Amino acid sequence: MTNTKTNVPTEKKEPVREAELTIDRPVFTPATDICESENAIHVVCDMPGVDEKGVNVTLEDDVLTITGTQEDTSFEGLDLVYRGYRSGLYRRVFTLSTDVDRDRIGAKISSGVLRIVLPKAEEAPPRRIAVEAG
Amino acid sequence: MTDLMMRSRAWDPFWDLQREMNRLFTGVAAPAETFPTVNVWTSRDQVVVTAELPGVDAKALDVSVHGDALTLKGERPEDTAVESAVCHRAERWSGRFSRTIRLPFAVENGQVKAKCRNGVLTVTLPRAESSKPRQVAIVSE
Repeated sequence: MTNTKTNVPTEKKEPVREAELTIDRPVFTPATDICESENAIHVVCDMPGVDEKGVNVTLEDDVLTITGTQEDTSFEGLDLVYRGYRSGLYRRVFTLSTDVDRDRIGAKISSGVLRIVLPKAEEAPPRRIAVEAG
Repeated sequence: MTDLMMRSRAWDPFWDLQREMNRLFTGVAAPAETFPTVNVWTSRDQVVVTAELPGVDAKALDVSVHGDALTLKGERPEDTAVESAVCHRAERWSGRFSRTIRLPFAVENGQVKAKCRNGVLTVTLPRAESSKPRQVAIVSE
């Protein structure tokens, strides 16, 4: 399947029911770009309406879980006349295929775009083992 | 005659085919005909339009108002932050967009405010004085 980048974005995608919450807010799948360079994996997620307090990135074993909570916008004295998009939570889970250096993981979020850098773990240098007589 | 046809659906091969075709087309997300998607809030004297535009620089965004039409124009370039990379996934959009929204009433051009926070654009448009409803005094003769 060719990987063509389209300029026309699709509507917000909702994941399957497993990610359903106890709260009655929809859960969306954020559009994500994943690129791998020589020494790191870069994950970039589109999460509008999410700031650094509402985002949560966890890495457990080799599973990367990204969640973001959108601010619930409502305006006093105004009625919602037309709803083009809903607001809710973002959630996406990835399984990493390479070993990652956990101490140097960096994540930044600005203007609704989350960027995670996962540096690949360096291979352990060869160790010389001393052999005792006896 | 129709009752008979309805009941015989179970073995009708064309019904199966039609059902498969229907299933093929549901669940396919149609691309948004107009981008960006907006939410519109109104009161008697104000309109507020919000749109989700993650990663769009305020400088690359062009918000203009003319009468009762609000135009959102902008561009998000492709992310070139990572060089010499292998792309596993490319789902984020890039490029130019332009959308004109018709507002419920004419707005005061000079008092329109727009702010972009965390990738969400909020445009506040106060109603134009000339378009506010006026009470008409009825003279009884």
